[in-house]
Amino acid sequence: MMSYDQLRTALVEEITSIAPDLLPDEVTDDASLRDDYDLDSMDSFNLAAAIHKRLGVNIPDTDFARLQTVAQLITYLENKV
Amino acid sequence: MSDFLMPSLGADMDEAVLVEWQVAAGDTVHKGDVIAVVETAKGAIEVEVFEEGVVEELYVPVDTTVPVGKPIARLATASATRPPDPQTPEPEPIGERPVEVSGQPIERTLAQATTTPEPPINEQTSETKPQQGDRLKASPLARQRARDSSQSLQGLTGSGPQGAILASDLTGSQPPTTKTSGKAPRKGFDPAEMRKAIAAAMARSKREIPHYYLSTAIDMLPATRWLDSYNAAQPPEGRLLMSVLIFKAVANALLDFPEMNGYYQEGVYQPCPSIHLGVAINLRSAGLITPALLNAEQLDLANLMDKLQDLTRRARLGGLRSSEMTSGTITITALGERGVDSVYGVIYPPQVAILGFGKVSPRPWAVGDALTVRPVMQATLAADHRVSDGHRGGLFLGRIDQNLQHPEQLNVPAQKDTA
Repeated sequence: MMSYDQLRTALVEEITSIAPDLLPDEVTDDASLRDDYDLDSMDSFNLAAAIHKRLGVNIPDTDFARLQTVAQLITYLENKV
Repeated sequence: MSDFLMPSLGADMDEAVLVEWQVAAGDTVHKGDVIAVVETAKGAIEVEVFEEGVVEELYVPVDTTVPVGKPIARLATASATRPPDPQTPEPEPIGERPVEVSGQPIERTLAQATTTPEPPINEQTSETKPQQGDRLKASPLARQRARDSSQSLQGLTGSGPQGAILASDLTGSQPPTTKTSGKAPRKGFDPAEMRKAIAAAMARSKREIPHYYLSTAIDMLPATRWLDSYNAAQPPEGRLLMSVLIFKAVANALLDFPEMNGYYQEGVYQPCPSIHLGVAINLRSAGLITPALLNAEQLDLANLMDKLQDLTRRARLGGLRSSEMTSGTITITALGERGVDSVYGVIYPPQVAILGFGKVSPRPWAVGDALTVRPVMQATLAADHRVSDGHRGGLFLGRIDQNLQHPEQLNVPAQKDTA
C-alpha cells in the first residue's frame, strides 16, 4: 500500500518526465493536466503507460479519460496499489 | 567520387551547425548510416548518407555553421554514375541552392529514404538512458561529448527543446567565432531563430502557392466506437490514439489522389509513389516541427502508433534524422487537442497540400429526417491550385470521410486491403 505522498511523488516524477519544462514544485494537486500543463493526447497515453509500468495499475481508457488532475489520479490509484 | 552536401532540413531551415562527425576519412559508409550530427533551430538532427562508399575527405570542421547545399565531405561511391531515379523527386532546399553535384543524388533521394530501414532508436540515447528518477534531458550528442570530456551534465542550463542540454551548452564546445558563413554562432536551439525560419517558409508559401481551402464535417461515431472497443482490450501501452486512425484514413485516401501527395518544384509537379505524412508535432514551449511518418500506407495501426510515439519523443529530445525532416509528401496538423474546431493550414513547400483536423465534439447531426447527436470532427484541406482544384480536393476529403466510416478496414496495410 503506497501512501498519498509516495503516490504523489511517483506521479509527479512521471508527469515532469513527460513534460520536462515543468518543475516538480510547480505541479499542484488540482491543476488540470491537459489545460494547465498542456499535456496532449500522446502525453496522456505515455502517462497511462508509465503508471501501468511503474505501479502495475492498468487504468482502463474510459476511466483514464475522466482523471484530469493529480488529486483525481491519486484517489483512483490509492485503493489499487 | 562525389561531394556530400549539407542536406536540406526542410523549407524553413537554411543552415545548421555541424557539431559532430561520426565518420573519419577512410571509413566505409553504408546506406542509412549517420555520418554527422547538426544542430538547428529545431534541435539536433542526425545526417544520414544514402549510398555506400568510402569517405575521402571531411571539408568542414566541427562547430561550423554550414548553409544547406554546401559540400561537407567527399565520398567515393560505388554508384556515383547512376542517374537519379526520375520517379523519386527530391525536395529542394529553400533558396534553390544546388543539392546535387554533377547530377548525382548523393545526399538523399526519396526512394532511398523510403527503403532505408526504419531509423533505430538512437543507440547513444539507449546507452545512456537515464535511471529512473534521472530526468535530465540532453541530446545524444551532448551526452556523448560530456562523457568524452568527463563533464557532468548536472547543473547545466539546456538551450534545447524543453530545456534539453545540447552539445553547445557544454563548456569548451562553444563554436569558434570565425564561421564559414560569417554569421555569429548561435546556440542549438533558438526560439527567435525558429520563429524567423517558420515565418520565412510560410511567407514564401503564401507568396508562391495559390492556396484553395475546403472544409467538411465528419461523423466520428464509427471511429470513436471502434477505437473505444479496441482500446478497452489493450493495456495502456498497446492503445491507439484517434490521430492514428485519422492518419491511416488519410494515407489510404492518398493512394487514389496523387495530386495531393508530392512535390512542386521549378514549375513541375511530381507525385510521390510513397506516402510520407509530415506530422505537426508541438514542441511544447519551443515551437513546432513537422517530421515525417515514412511509408504510412504500408503500416498497420499499431505500427503507425509506435512510429508516431517514437517520432514525438525524438522530436522533443533531439535525434530526428535528416530524411525525416525533408521527406514529408503532405502535412497533417491536428489542433483539435487544444479545442480548436477547424484549422486552415499553410502549405509547406515543396508540398502541395496540408490537412487540418479539429476536435471531435458532440454536434447535432441529421440522420435521414431525424436529428441526433454525433461526435463530429471538422476536416480541412488547403491545397495548391497549380496542381489540383476544388473538385478533386472535395473528393479527397470525401474519401477520408468514407475511410473513417469503416475503421475496421483501416487496421490492415492498405496494399493488402481487399475489403
